Amino acid sequence: MSPEWQTVWLTLKLAGITTVLLMVIGTPIAWWLARSSHWLRQPIAAIVALPLVLPPTVLGFYLLLLMGPEGMVGTLTDSLGLGTLPFTFAGLVVASVIYSLPFTVQPLENVFSTVNERMLEVAATLRASPLDRFFSVVIPLARPGFLTAAVLTFAHTLGEFGVVLMIGGNIPGETRVLSVAIYDHVETLEYGKAHLLAGGMLVFSFLVLLTLYLINGRLNNGNLKS
Amino acid sequence: MREPGILARFDAGFERFRMQVDLQLPGNGVTALFGHSGCGKTTLLRCIAGLQACSGRLSVNGDVWQDHNVSLPVHKRPLAYVFQETSLFPHLSVKGNLDFGYRRTPATQRRIHPQQVIDWLRLSRLLDRMPERLSGGERQRVAIARALLTSPRLLLMDEPLSALDQASKRDILPYLETLRDTLDIPIVYVSHSAAEVARLADHIVMMDQGRVVAQGGLQETLARPDQPFALEEDAAVIVPAVIRERDLQWHLCRAEFEGGSLWLRDDHQPEPGTRVRLQILARDVSIALAANQDQSIQNLLPARVMDMSAEQRPGMTTVSLQAGETSFLARITSRSAHQLGLGPGMEVCLQIKSVAIIE
Repeated sequence: MSPEWQTVWLTLKLAGITTVLLMVIGTPIAWWLARSSHWLRQPIAAIVALPLVLPPTVLGFYLLLLMGPEGMVGTLTDSLGLGTLPFTFAGLVVASVIYSLPFTVQPLENVFSTVNERMLEVAATLRASPLDRFFSVVIPLARPGFLTAAVLTFAHTLGEFGVVLMIGGNIPGETRVLSVAIYDHVETLEYGKAHLLAGGMLVFSFLVLLTLYLINGRLNNGNLKS
Repeated sequence: MREPGILARFDAGFERFRMQVDLQLPGNGVTALFGHSGCGKTTLLRCIAGLQACSGRLSVNGDVWQDHNVSLPVHKRPLAYVFQETSLFPHLSVKGNLDFGYRRTPATQRRIHPQQVIDWLRLSRLLDRMPERLSGGERQRVAIARALLTSPRLLLMDEPLSALDQASKRDILPYLETLRDTLDIPIVYVSHSAAEVARLADHIVMMDQGRVVAQGGLQETLARPDQPFALEEDAAVIVPAVIRERDLQWHLCRAEFEGGSLWLRDDHQPEPGTRVRLQILARDVSIALAANQDQSIQNLLPARVMDMSAEQRPGMTTVSLQAGETSFLARITSRSAHQLGLGPGMEVCLQIKSVAIIE
């Protein structure tokens, strides 16, 4: 595989794994945030939103400390025989999950809060257990929100730069993702190669968003018409 | 010991009132929870369903659903609930909605099957439609069918007709009557419409501010002069009767009840032998000391005064009377009551100005 393709593949793999993990992790968080009136709701909502406002380097810096050999997480992973996470692909996945969390949770929370409580009551009187209600009623009604969350998470992880640089470095085939490669090419004045990757990213992002809007438009129209 | 019927004892504070009820409802037929909006009747229904946390005790035909240390979650209670407004799942077709509860009911507990309810409620042409493309009446029919397909041991209905227009109501009521006569399960029906209650209910629970103010069989309870609704403008009694003959010349028909007969306008042209419920408004009943044939009112019945309400509205008295086995209410002015010297035990003559068949 050429180094260019290796970079593209690694980036897509990172974004894909992050998106899948975040759908699993983010859904219960978003559901809780949308439903709960617990006093911890606001603090948790603020923590989830932190990556939106923090400079990625700040986030990356603390993650580096936390996951490094002296950090809490680092000591734990080391004692489990996993080594430390910085400068590995696994470390990038962990960082991306945290970095992209709000892009999953916020669209899901929005769509969950529009799900009519009555529908859940109806499902309960029709013998559906709480988990069953979630899968048979909430998820179908929240489908557009899931699509938005997945696409935003995927696209946001693709464009990650600061956090990667802080904790992942630039190891080809391990942590060298697109945004870092483009930066490298520009540094070394290889504008042709930079154009190839940057242009590819631009077109790809546009196509992803276009697809999202088209599908969401159809879902909404479908709901109105049928 | 298996206690028949529904025993519900709740005591819990809510935002607008305190719910304090101790009810024993029959284990079959339709019980109406009746009262003004805000009286707590819907809250009581939600407590029975388990949709609303409410401390107390509840057992249905011997099975305890709630007690101080246990409360079955809603999805474990073998009940069905029909909500006031449209509650169909918008992402499922009519068929998908019908199957939702049926699939979740253990096969051994299924007593009602899709084809039955599709026939009862005439849904066969609607099965492939999405809920958005149904009329209000059709949606409520689907919601009722969907609820029945869980083969419930108790059917709860929260004003299922109130969100519908008059035409849809007329459309659905016969279906509800069919259910009442076909199903062998208790139905608790919340309503603030005296007409619906009169037509459907066998038993009535009148509520006000979270408390039960009167309860019992429909006819006896409506005929009690001390029940709060007897004092309202449209207080009425319900009399079950059978049409015996039709007088085509005068456009009248004769309905026989326990204790006499009444002539009424032959508008519905019922066949002799038809069972009907008659509604007689208290304000359409007057009292004479002796039968006076010399007047326009056709329906005169010998009756005995049973009870008289204290004067609640200035100048008006509600009198309960019995003709044969049947109770009536009469709303007269307090001055007439005084001048006639009415009192319990007196034999009088009822003059009934107007009788309506409840459709």
